[in-house]
Amino acid sequence: MNRIDQRFAELKAAGRTGLIPFVTAGDPSPEGVVPLLHALVAAGADLIELGVPFSDPMADGPVIQHAGERALAKGVGLDAILAWVRAFRATDMATPVVLMGYLNPIEVHGYERFAREAAQAGVDGVLLVDCPLEEADTGAAIRAAGLCRIQLAAPTTSAARLERLCGAAEGFLYYVSFAGITGAARLSVAEIESRVGAIRARAQAPVAVGFGVRDAASAAAIAAFADAVVIGSALVQRLAGSADAAETCARAQAFLAPIRGALDARAAHAA
Amino acid sequence: MTSKIAPPEDFHAYPDARGRFGPYGGVYVAETLMAPLEALAETYLRLRDDPQFRAELDRDLAHYVGRPSPIYHAERLSAEVGGAQILLKREDLNHTGAHKINNTVGQALVARRMGKTRIIAETGAGQHGVASATVAARLGLKCVVYMGAVDIERQAINVYRMKLLGAEVVPVTSGSKTLKDALNEALRDWVTNVADTFYIIGTVAGPHPYPMMVRDFNAIVGREARAQMLAQYGRLPDAITACVGGGSNAIGLFHAFLNDRRVRIVGAEAAGEGLATGRHAASLAAGRPGVLHGNRTYVICDDNGQIGETHSISAGLDYPGVGPEHAFLKDTGRAEYVGVSDDEALAAFHRLARTEGILAALESSHAVAQAIKLAREYPKDAIVLCNLSGRGDKDVHTIAQREGITL
Repeated sequence: MNRIDQRFAELKAAGRTGLIPFVTAGDPSPEGVVPLLHALVAAGADLIELGVPFSDPMADGPVIQHAGERALAKGVGLDAILAWVRAFRATDMATPVVLMGYLNPIEVHGYERFAREAAQAGVDGVLLVDCPLEEADTGAAIRAAGLCRIQLAAPTTSAARLERLCGAAEGFLYYVSFAGITGAARLSVAEIESRVGAIRARAQAPVAVGFGVRDAASAAAIAAFADAVVIGSALVQRLAGSADAAETCARAQAFLAPIRGALDARAAHAA
Repeated sequence: MTSKIAPPEDFHAYPDARGRFGPYGGVYVAETLMAPLEALAETYLRLRDDPQFRAELDRDLAHYVGRPSPIYHAERLSAEVGGAQILLKREDLNHTGAHKINNTVGQALVARRMGKTRIIAETGAGQHGVASATVAARLGLKCVVYMGAVDIERQAINVYRMKLLGAEVVPVTSGSKTLKDALNEALRDWVTNVADTFYIIGTVAGPHPYPMMVRDFNAIVGREARAQMLAQYGRLPDAITACVGGGSNAIGLFHAFLNDRRVRIVGAEAAGEGLATGRHAASLAAGRPGVLHGNRTYVICDDNGQIGETHSISAGLDYPGVGPEHAFLKDTGRAEYVGVSDDEALAAFHRLARTEGILAALESSHAVAQAIKLAREYPKDAIVLCNLSGRGDKDVHTIAQREGITL
């Protein structure tokens, strides 16, 4: 069993909602990435999404765009990112890591080479934002190397597509909570609940909800019906501008602790 | 000529149902955009064969755009060059001064049929922004144009024209602050406002069905030119050429001729300060296959896959990708793509102005420069047909500034 399936099985057995923080690889500092990943785990992360910066992130809002621009200005690329995952894996064999990004950096790196190196480094899944199900042939090597291809579902996804997405889902299905870019704040919890309900009726894979989750209250509201919550822009914004790696880690922990607390309080209450 | 892909029997059979031109094209977008793109493809394919829609479009092209545009024999230019006869397809004579209106008129009619009330567009030089603002004004639709902050500065007149036409121009300050970033921002707007918004992409790039739809609307250029050649000269040209940024005017001219294997097809990309300097926008001549803005095509990027900054004297060619059909034509060997430098384009601009009394857009001046090069390769009884895609009024400030003249 891969680490993602393992982790969701543990969460289910414990009756807990997963917490999935997203950070942009190399922001706020390239030196601070590995300590940050460990700090996220210490603060209660169940799975980590590591953003691969791209010059043209068409699905991202300003917070993640700017984080990516800062990382690129410091020369962050796939080689460095895979080395960070390898270093993280030296002491953490349990926490799944999913790389999230756009196709072109991987296309240029070479799909087979990327898949091989990512699997060796200890990456568990890949979410390619600009590669929908229809283009799944692209990067078939990623799947062949044993990595999960994480799929997105959106409010605009038709029932027929949802059926196919649920059938193809590996690891977990990432539900984009509203039609928009990352970091916008337009959550209608009732609407998300009904959509996630429809997905859960069809999908074997667990459902994580992201885009617009920003604090303990919104995370707890989503936790009532999702298997996991993803928190990205709000976290990236909190980390931006920290003076050094120690401060970045402290900020991450301070930010995630109340969210973790709210998720666990809900779980305890439900039990 | 080397071809990486065997040329097909029928070039008009592309794209396939998935929007592929061989290995290029496709739909590389976030899940949120899949439903609106599927709806657009479905609606467009239906309208394309709808006689009422066709009649409406033909009427607008005749009475609003001013079609057909003539082919004009540039006799003095041809004589001065001393080779083949150069003919110009006069898209500069269209309403708003460029081929861009062919596409925006068509997409605006599609938008209206889909019940959309808000138009968004990206623009580089501002020509597509002006053409979008124009059709939005005419149909009473709200119009928002995304434009890189750098381009806003160098195309002030077109920014003002868009505002006069009632459009809101939104400066884009992310990335390199040029056309590619404006496209990203327009896609973000569309993702957020899909319910009431229609995105008019200005070139044959983007996700399917855009490369097909924009091509179809511009293909009138080649259809007319081919019929005009046969009617007025009793033959097809020996070679045809057009400038290629995203590639909409070029595919517009080329498409009708793709199955006429005897007609040589040459695209002129912006070589900027020279292909060797790295300061250019020649995705086909100097880029590599990649994925950008929803399709697989040739892109200009570094070894980490990050899209590079491009350079051209002409803002309309300053784009690091290119339409996927051009990538296919390159790899099948059906078309050649060559670089024309800033200096060559400027020289052609002056030469055409002096010999024919026509101020060409800087974009189109790249095609004129290429037509001059091609004409030299052929005898005097040969014909080179060049797409004069736009007029140069918008560029006089840029040219004056470059030549050290204060207006």
